[in-house]
Formats: sequence, C-alpha cells, structure tokens
Amino acid sequence: MRSTESNVTQSITQVIAASSLGTLIEWYDFYIFGSLAVIIGQQLFPSDAGASALINTLAIFAAGFIVRPFGALVFGRLGDLIGRKYTFLLTLVLMGGSTFLIGLIPSYSSIGYAAPILVLILRLVQGLALGGEYGGAATYVAEHAPVGRRGFFTSWIQTTATLGLFLSLGVIVLTKNIMGAEKFADWGWRIPFLVSILLVVVSIYIRMKMHESPVFSKLKAEGKVSANPLKESFQKRANFKMVLVALFGATMGQGVVWYTGQFYAQSFLENTCKLDFNESRYILLWAIVFATPFFVVFGSWSDKVGRKWIMLTGMLLGVLCYRPIYQYFLDATNVTEMQKTMLLSESEPVIERGLVPDKADSLITTTVTKTLTNGMTFKESKVEVITEDVLAEVPAVQTVIKDVTLSRESYIMVILLVFFQVVLVTMVYGPIAAFLVELFPTQIRYTSMSLPYHIGNGVFGGLVPFIATLIASFQGSTPLSGLWYPIGIAALSFVIGAVYIDNRRDENVMD
Amino acid sequence: MSGLKKILGLLWIALGPVIIVFLFMQAADKIGEAAEGIARTNTTLQWAIIILIFIPICTGLVIFGYYAWKGEYDHLPESSEEL
Repeated sequence: MRSTESNVTQSITQVIAASSLGTLIEWYDFYIFGSLAVIIGQQLFPSDAGASALINTLAIFAAGFIVRPFGALVFGRLGDLIGRKYTFLLTLVLMGGSTFLIGLIPSYSSIGYAAPILVLILRLVQGLALGGEYGGAATYVAEHAPVGRRGFFTSWIQTTATLGLFLSLGVIVLTKNIMGAEKFADWGWRIPFLVSILLVVVSIYIRMKMHESPVFSKLKAEGKVSANPLKESFQKRANFKMVLVALFGATMGQGVVWYTGQFYAQSFLENTCKLDFNESRYILLWAIVFATPFFVVFGSWSDKVGRKWIMLTGMLLGVLCYRPIYQYFLDATNVTEMQKTMLLSESEPVIERGLVPDKADSLITTTVTKTLTNGMTFKESKVEVITEDVLAEVPAVQTVIKDVTLSRESYIMVILLVFFQVVLVTMVYGPIAAFLVELFPTQIRYTSMSLPYHIGNGVFGGLVPFIATLIASFQGSTPLSGLWYPIGIAALSFVIGAVYIDNRRDENVMD
Repeated sequence: MSGLKKILGLLWIALGPVIIVFLFMQAADKIGEAAEGIARTNTTLQWAIIILIFIPICTGLVIFGYYAWKGEYDHLPESSEEL
C-alpha cells in the first residue's frame, strides 16, 4: 500500500515538473515583451512618437492577450479530440518559435512600419499558443491528482506564471547589467528573446517523454471522446451557463488582480513614479520570491475549506487596498516636493546638445544628479529647445525627473506593498485551476475551462496595463485614475462570485 | 438567495448595454479631443480595439443576467449528468 502511494506521488511529481516547466517557459516568453515595452516601443516606432509609442507597444502586448480565447477554442478543441499531451506540445513549439523570431526582427529605422506589424503577428501567435497551453497543463495535472489534493497539486502549475515573470525579469536585469544600458537598449534587448529557444528545446524533450492523461486515455478507449467539444461546451445551455459564471464570478476578477499586482505595479513604479530601471525590477523580484510559496499554501488550503471564499477575499482586498497602496508609491517617490526641504547635494551638470528629430531646432539637455538627506537619489534633466526662427514663441524649459532610487525605509515598504499585492494574486490564482477543472466534465473540460480562463485572465487582466495607462492619460485624470479599471472589474466579479458561485468541491473529475 | 440571484439578473441585463453606450460616448469624446493627424488615428484605433473587445463580453453579461433572471443558477449542477 505504502509503495503504491509512493509510486503515485512520484508519478504526479514528474507530471507536475514536466507540465510546469513548459508552462513556465511559455510565461517567460510572454512576459519579456511586456517587461521591455519601453525599449521595444523605441525600436518599433518612429523616434518622435513619444508616449504614443508606449501606448501602441502596450496595445501590441495586449493583442497577445486578446487572441488567447481563440487559442483556447482551437487548442481546447484539439485537446478534447486528440488528447492533452500532443496539444500542449504543439503550443510549446509555436510559442518558442515566435519568441525567437521577435528577437530577430529589424527595427523601425531599417524596415519602417513592417517592424511593428511583424511583431504584432508574432504576438498573435504567442497569444494563440498560450491560450492552448494553460488549459492543457491544468487539466493534465488535475486528471493525475489524487482526490482531495487537487488544489494542492494544480497550484504548482499556478506558480509558473509568476516564476516565468521572475525568470524574465532576472534574465533582463542580468543581460542589461552585463552589457550596459546603452548596448542593451540598442540590440541587447533581443538576447532574452533569443535565449528562450534553448529553454523550449529542453522542455520539448521532457514533454515528449510524458504519457497521455489516464482519464482521457480511458475515455478514448471507451469511445466516449466528444465529437464536437465546441458545440457541447457553448451550445448546450447547462454547460454554457457554467462557462459564464466561471468568467464573471471568478476569472474576470482573478485576471485584473493578477495583472495589477504583478504587472501594473512595476509599470507604475517605472513609468509614473520614475523609479530606476533596476530598482523597479528588484522590488518585483523580491516580492515574487517571498510571495510565490503562497500559491501552494492557498491551493492546498482550498482543498480543505473550498475554493470560493479564498479567491473572493483576494479580490475584495484588492478593491479596498489598491488606491492607498499606489498613493504610497506616489508619495514615496515625489522627489520634486522632497527636494524643497531635503536636498543634500547636487552633481556637476552634464550638458548634451542635439537636434530635435526631423527639425533644424537645437535641443540642449542639462542633467544633474541630486541626493536627498534621506538617501534618495534622482536625475533631473532640463530640456530646452532653441528654435532657428527668431520670431517663434520661446518654449518653456521642460524638467524631467528620472532614475529615482528610494531611501532604505521606502524601499523596504514598497517591497512589502508589492509583496502584499502578489499575495492577493496567490489567493485568487492558487485555487482557480482546481476550481475550473471541477466545474466541467472530462469530455469537454479542456475547451470549456480554457475559454473563461483566457477571457478573464487574458482580456480583462491583459488589458490592465493598456487601459490603466490610457485612462491615466486622459485630460483631468490623476496618476491613480487608471486603478478604477481593475477596482471596478474586481468589485463586479466579487459580487457575482459571492452570489452565484458554490463553495463545494467536486471530488470526482473522472466523469 | 434565489430571489437575490434573480433580481441581480436584471441588473446584469441592463449593465451590458449601459457599458457599451458609455464606451461609445467616451470614444467619441476622446477621439474628438485628439489632435488632427497621427494622434487622432492612434486614438481611434485604441478605442476601436476596446469597443470591439467589450461588445461580445457585454453580450455575455446580458445572457448571464437572462439566465440568472430565469432562475438557471438557483441550483448548480452536482455531477456531469446534470450538465
């Protein structure tokens, strides 16, 4: 008896390892694009595009999320027809190949608008592949997991999204530190994309050795495989209503909490608070390291107390805490105000002269590095345009703050606040694979669970950086205005989930 | 609880079209505010993407509300036979 139990544990450990590695790499591939949005925007769009280059790059990033539901439909259908193993082997190849090719695309200065169009196409392929990947991995692990421990075992798959982000940040920081900022912005940003091909080859090798899910194999042997999983999933009212409640009551809120805590936080610290490139990434890295074990804690806990209230508590805490947290980020980095009373020293000015792109006007940038009494440092650049036209209105000198580094106290506090947001992510995300798997029958599980997951996670969540940045750019808005999008969606999902979702766990996923 | 589920169903039915109308109004407002040329093209493109994405989702919300109003969520399935 003991030996059989040990064999089961060993086999599920291998299943989790193989599934997780592939999923981790897919997330890594997906996130390096988002993490490098600013640099990629400079490479893909005209040099004078300014803020719209970032918004357009985030739109291309978001496009990868938008097509995920279609990937879920295409690959979910394949998974329910031919099996889990071969389907998510295919998604891995598509993902790895397209990431590698993004690393090879020439910049806007070489091929013009063909550059963003090619990247957009490859992002769409990435999104389709990821849409097929997650449902397969979660279903595959859940169908191997013993009864009563499904939440615990599937939560390992859930860690991969965060670990993929961690890996992508780590590779980016390492590459940039080795090469230097200038070379990295010029061509070094391509390395994290190119490196992914090695990881994908290893993962394909491991996945080739895996066996088909026992539940699906049994279904196939009995000739009970669904003839048309799409029709059964979405035309059958009884099943479609479960797809809708999964979307509006769980995955929609989970998606926005995920992307606010792990993605918007970093984007906000870097773009709005003007934190130093490395500093904003180190903050997220520390927060992720300490918070990642909570995926397994909450996944395992959901086996005992049910999935519903753990997920909904995560959403509610997000709704209540996001504004005070981001207000702290703004206050802690408001160096313009702080320097009025806390300026300690100022470096010698560095003067750079150049030309306004496509014009004959001169550009003079004067940069000083300032240190405050609390240990904070930042660069302040005054940008002045000298026009050739003597009659032209004299433009105001523009002051730009960048590369802010925090005081020790603020640094620790910001890490704690990002850590708290990632813990909320683990609450909403840890139990969700088991929750979705238990909602649908084996025959159409891959298809049925993939669609609400990817609309919730990909569309609602993936649009957080894009929509929040867009809202914050409206006239009259404040830097915190963008938060109304995730807060509103999470609040709506909380209400729907609280009223319509059941807290019971289905012990039988073999049906 | 069943009564609450049904009443809220009406709210979800109404919320779908309200969101779409709100998005169209915002789009018209922001596109109008954008400067002529590339800025206006970008703004139009961004709002077209947002509206295209949210129309089917809001349709789903209306269907969800309709099911809730009809009492379809009063009892959730307990096995695959019920699906």
